[in-house]
This record gives sequence, C-alpha cells and structure tokens, in this order.
Amino acid sequence: MRHTIRGRSIIGVAGLSVAALVLAGCAGGAGEEATLSEDDILTEINDCVGTYEGETVEIYTTIIEPESTLFEESFVGFEECTGIDIEWNGSQEFEAQIAVRVEGGTAPDLAIFPQPGLLAAFPDDLVAGSAALEGSVDANYTPDWKGYGTVGDTFFGAPLGANVKSFVWYSPKVFADNGWAIPTTWDELLSLSDDIVASDYDGNAWCVGFGSGDATGWPGTDWMEDLMLRFQSAETYDQWSGQADERLAFNSPEVAEVLAEAEKIVKNPDYVGDVASIATTSFSEGAAGIVDGSCAMHRQASFLGGILVGDYGAEIVAPDATDVEGGISVFYFPGVSADQTPALGGGEFVGAFSNTPATQVVRYLLTTPEWNNEKAALGGWFSANLGLDTANVADPVNAVAVEILQNATTFRFDGSDVMPGEVGAGSFWREMTAWVAEDKDNQAVLDAIEASWPAE
Amino acid sequence: MGSELWAVIAPNLVLLIISLLVFAAVVYAVFLIGARASLKQQEWLRYVIFLGPAGLLLLIGLIYPAIRTIILSFMDKRGDNFIGLDNYIWAFTMPEIQIVLRNTVIWVILTPILATVIGLAIAYMTDRMKRGAWVKSLIFMPMAISFVGAGVIWRFVYSYEPDPSKPEIGLLSAIARGVGAEPVNWLLEAPLNTVLLIVVLVWIQTGFAMVILGAAMKNIPDEVVEAAMLDGASSWRRFTRVTLPMIRSTIVVVLTTITIATLKVFDIVRTMTGGNFQTNVVANEMYSQAFRQLNYGQGSALAVILFLAVVPIIWYNLRQLRLERTER
Repeated sequence: MRHTIRGRSIIGVAGLSVAALVLAGCAGGAGEEATLSEDDILTEINDCVGTYEGETVEIYTTIIEPESTLFEESFVGFEECTGIDIEWNGSQEFEAQIAVRVEGGTAPDLAIFPQPGLLAAFPDDLVAGSAALEGSVDANYTPDWKGYGTVGDTFFGAPLGANVKSFVWYSPKVFADNGWAIPTTWDELLSLSDDIVASDYDGNAWCVGFGSGDATGWPGTDWMEDLMLRFQSAETYDQWSGQADERLAFNSPEVAEVLAEAEKIVKNPDYVGDVASIATTSFSEGAAGIVDGSCAMHRQASFLGGILVGDYGAEIVAPDATDVEGGISVFYFPGVSADQTPALGGGEFVGAFSNTPATQVVRYLLTTPEWNNEKAALGGWFSANLGLDTANVADPVNAVAVEILQNATTFRFDGSDVMPGEVGAGSFWREMTAWVAEDKDNQAVLDAIEASWPAE
Repeated sequence: MGSELWAVIAPNLVLLIISLLVFAAVVYAVFLIGARASLKQQEWLRYVIFLGPAGLLLLIGLIYPAIRTIILSFMDKRGDNFIGLDNYIWAFTMPEIQIVLRNTVIWVILTPILATVIGLAIAYMTDRMKRGAWVKSLIFMPMAISFVGAGVIWRFVYSYEPDPSKPEIGLLSAIARGVGAEPVNWLLEAPLNTVLLIVVLVWIQTGFAMVILGAAMKNIPDEVVEAAMLDGASSWRRFTRVTLPMIRSTIVVVLTTITIATLKVFDIVRTMTGGNFQTNVVANEMYSQAFRQLNYGQGSALAVILFLAVVPIIWYNLRQLRLERTER
C-alpha cells in the first residue's frame, strides 16, 4: 500500500516537471516564408483584406513607458484593419538581452536597435530587407540613413525614430531683450559669445556639463563630432569614426584642429566659468542654466527638451516667441559658413529575425510616410522619413529638427556610437572628461584615445 | 483597469505557483528516495542529499564561471582566439591601468586599517559605558545603507558650487569655509579624491568592525580585567596588554574581511566619480571593460588579478582559524 502511494507521488512529480518544461519551451522558430511583393503588402495595409488575421508580431525594443503607449496607439488603426497583433515588448536591458535571445533561439520577430553598431553584430541572424522594403526605404529616406542599416552590402534595417544633436538651446526672450542675433556661422557664434561676456547680462555665455553617471564624458564627444563635421569633410569624418576603409588616426592634425576649435568655447573660462567643474556638472544640471537664466547658450540634442520640461519646469516655445518669459528654444549649431549645414544625429533601426508575411507587412508599415505622420502627430517623436510633414510635428523644437534633417547638406551618425566600444564607450568619454577636469593637454588627450583604438 | 491588472498578474502567478509546486515536489521526491534506502546506503545518501545541491550550484555558479573567466583572460576581446599573456601585459603596462592598480593598493591599505582602528577605539570606549548601545547603534547604522546609497549621500557632502551666486550645498565646502579655507572641487583633486572615497567605505565598515570587536571584548573574562585592575594597570596598559592580545584573532578576521570587501569595491567609485579623475579601481575597470566595452578578454584578466589578490588574504585567514582551533 505504501509503495503505491510513493509510486503515485513520483509520477506526479514527473508530470509537473514535464509541464514546466513545456511552459519553458514554447518558443518556436519560423521556417522559410514567401517574400511578399510591394503590391501584396499595400493591399494588406490599405484594403483591410485580413489575410494574416490573428497573427502576432513581436517588437523588442528599448522604448518603454510612457513613449511605448504612443507607439501602441499609432498601431491601433493598422491592427483593426489587418487583424495582425503587434506585441510591443520594451526592456531597458535590451542591449544585453538581445544577444541572449538570439543565441538562445528565442529572437523576437522585429528588434529596434538604438545604435547601428549593435545591429551590425548580428549579420548572420538578421533577415535581409526584401525588395519591397528596400524600395520603400529608397523612396522615403536619404541614402545616408539607408547606409546605417546596411552591413557590408546587405540592407538589414530600416530607420525608425531620429534625433538631432546639432542644436544650441537658448531663451528667445533673453536674446531678444539683449538684442542678440542668432549666429549663422562658427565665427559669429564666437563673437556672439564675446558680446555676451562684454554685455551686462548676469550669467555666463555658455553652460556645459559633461557629467552623466558612469557615461560621464559623452557630451564632450558630441562637441567633437559636431565640429568634426564642420571643420573636416564628411569623408574625413567617416575615416575618423572608423566607418571608411582607411582609418584616420585619432591624434592626427585634422582631429587636433577640431579639438582646438572646441577648446575655444568649452575651455574658455570667460565663457563657461569654472572649466574643471564641467566634469562634475551633469549635462541636465548644466542645461538648467538656460531655464534659470545663469547662462545664455547650451549645446545639446533635441531630446533635452523633455528633461528640461519634466525636471526643471521649462516651457518649449518656437524661436519667434520672443515674449514668453522662461520660454526656451533651439537654433542650429552653425557651420563654418552659413551655407554649410551638416547635421549630427542618432536614430533607431528595425532589424528582423523572422520573415513571416505578417512581420514583412509590419516592417514595411514602419517605413511608410502615412504611419510616420500618424506617429509624429501623437507628439514627442519624429523620424528622418522624407514624407514626414513638419505640420504634423507638434513640438516646436522637433519641428526645427525635422527641418534640419531634411535640409542637411550632410547627415552623420553620432561618431562615438559607431566607434569600437573601447573608444566610443571608453577612452573617448574618459579623455574628454580628463580634458576639462585635469586640464589635460589636447595632444595628450588625442594620443591616449589613439592608443586605445583596438588593433584589427 | 482591475481586469487589465489581473491579466498581467495572472500568468505570472500561475507560473509562480507551478514553480513552487515543482520545487516542493522535487524536495519531497528526494526525501522519499532517502527514506527508502537501506541504512548503509543512507550513510552516503545523506552526503549526496545535503551536499549535492550546494555542490551542484557551486559548480554551476562559481567553479564553471571561474574556469571560464581564467580561460577568457587569455583570449582576445570577443573570446575567439588565444592570445597568450597579452591581456596581462596590457593590464600592467597601460598608464591608465597603472593608476587603477595604484588606487586599489591605496584602498586596500587605508580602508581596513582605518575602519578597524576606529571601530576598535569606539568598541573599547563604549564597552562599559552607560547607554553605550545608543552610540553603537548610531555608528552601526551606515552598515544598513547600500554602497550606492552611501555614494549618493556622500556626493552631496563633497558637492562644490563654483558660481558664488548659487547656493552651496556641500557640507565639506561649508566646513572649509567655516575654518577660513577656500573650498576646492573635492572630487576632482587627485589623489585627495581617492582618500575622500575611502572615507565613505570606512564610514560604512567602522560599524561592522565595532560590533564584532565589541562582542569579542565582551567575551574577555571579567576576572582577567579585574586582576589587571587590582595590579594597578592603567586603562591604556589594560587595553594593550589584556584586551588586544585576547581579541587578536578577531581583529585578524575583521581586518581580512574588510580587506576583501575593499578589493571588491566598485559601487562607491561608480556612483561618485564613475572612475574618472584618477579614482578608478580594479573592480570598476573590470566591469567597464567586460560589460560596457564588451572587451571580455581584458575584463577577465582584471578579474583574475583581483582573484589572485584575494587568495593570500583568504589563505591567511584560514590559517589563523586553524591555528586557533589547535590552540584550544
């Protein structure tokens, strides 16, 4: 009798273990699927035929609440029409987890990569873009943007959202009250800085903050990148950031020239006050000077607006709103000459790990001007899609950003995001920090970064 | 709203209950098998049942990763090719890394000594003190604060405001002004900044040293202390000739424990300076190399160096314990 009881318990144990195994192993891989033509996809999106009704497409991404809500909202119409369910799966651990999921055989259908460098790490696992997708990207984006989603000769990822870094934040009212004009060249920017110092304006001409926790130093790399694009050609920029066949040494005279230009503002105590403190001032604390009036200008990307509104109670206004007390806005970080308008920015790229028809449809959808306009109209977001109508971009700063993107003579991706990790997330940050904190000599900074560049 | 919340919770709850049931079932099965075994079998079954799970977890969670880390430390950045000792040569020749190694040495020397000496002094002074428990609780409290929390708190203490029109919030700057000195940007001044970071760890570890040493002092028989008093020994003499020798082994344990904690320090440096301004230490650089720059080879080499640095301390600690056991 006792034996039978024991026997049953053991069977029960076995049953439970099997159940757990089944639960854990619910991930399946999709086989080869037919490639849809552009007409097939458009019929699906526009005519609501519902061929793939009930299918689910998972999008894995770094984008979480609250922005994810706006994405989900933008998919509602598509989901109702096609019957395809888009499952938005946001995680702040994306960068570390995506490799785990791919290696573990549970890759998502679509993944939104925040840096092209990370996308390029999976050429064997990603599904190349179909002719239909490539056609849409060719029609709706500049070749630059397509290039960032291309590894070798294979096009893998369509661009999604974008941000622009070439901005100077300022208060239109302060500028108007003091009679300062928006500079259109680098020399005008420097002479405006001198004027601000000479005027009876209370604050500093510039505030700069390189602090950002364990990523301290990245705002310094953005200064370098923006000026690199202005004082050197786009080709030289690519050689410098390691994107061209031939690499430009980090300590070469071309780079030294750029650092010397950056030094004119960042390390000028007349403009910025205490230089060493830049290293201990967080980039958002520094930017807050624009809001409280302790400085006149701050160079930072378009995303800063959200932080200033959320944490410092700022109000973002259009550049012509010169009568709003406390209103802040942006102007274009000028080039060497007025007709030179390169833009530095960043963006996300959508890579696919499965090729189901439903995935192909969703992938295509994200490149259409219709969806981009719909998403932008929900606010707080824009893309480099050429069909994006600035009228749909509600935020005045983002509207300027879209204009810059669409009119840029050259667009280049944030250089430190595409450099090898040792440099882009290591020595470049560290040395720019030492440059201000320890007043490290320009050439010593560049030599140290060059020394850390990994040998191929 | 309620049903939405439930929809999120329900699958997780089901999974939780199933995993708990599976766990209970496995434990039950193990005991069933144990109960069925003969007496002779039971002898070794006991070892298997009690040591097996721990041994298995050690194997998966400690021994396997340790071996893999050692192997990776001889490989290139992605762990694909064998490159011999290059990572170790890099660790001992890069100027930045030499600062890292130098700082770690400063940490390891200063922290255990300061924390133990201060902890010992407070323990001795409060040993027979009325309401000593209050003092001890206050000193012990920082132990309850995480290293990251302590880092954030102390960053306020060391905060520096260069703009005289803005309010100063740094305690240390205020103290400096109070005694008529001009404050500096504390966290930028090397090598002072490393010492200031060490103060944070000492602040945390002093409570630990005090409690352990205080407990050891309580164990000293009253007769011994009274005998020394009757012999006319002064308080200082009683401390050096009676108390110290009798708690010697405890002091060694406290010193070595704090040393090991210091070698691992990473959170304080990371939160307060991010390893900038020449304050970097091995553990922080290891994390940065391996997980931010995806340089597995060099990160692993630093981990192995750290491991080798801890080994002699653990060996010394174990030898002390064994000596003490034979003495008894």
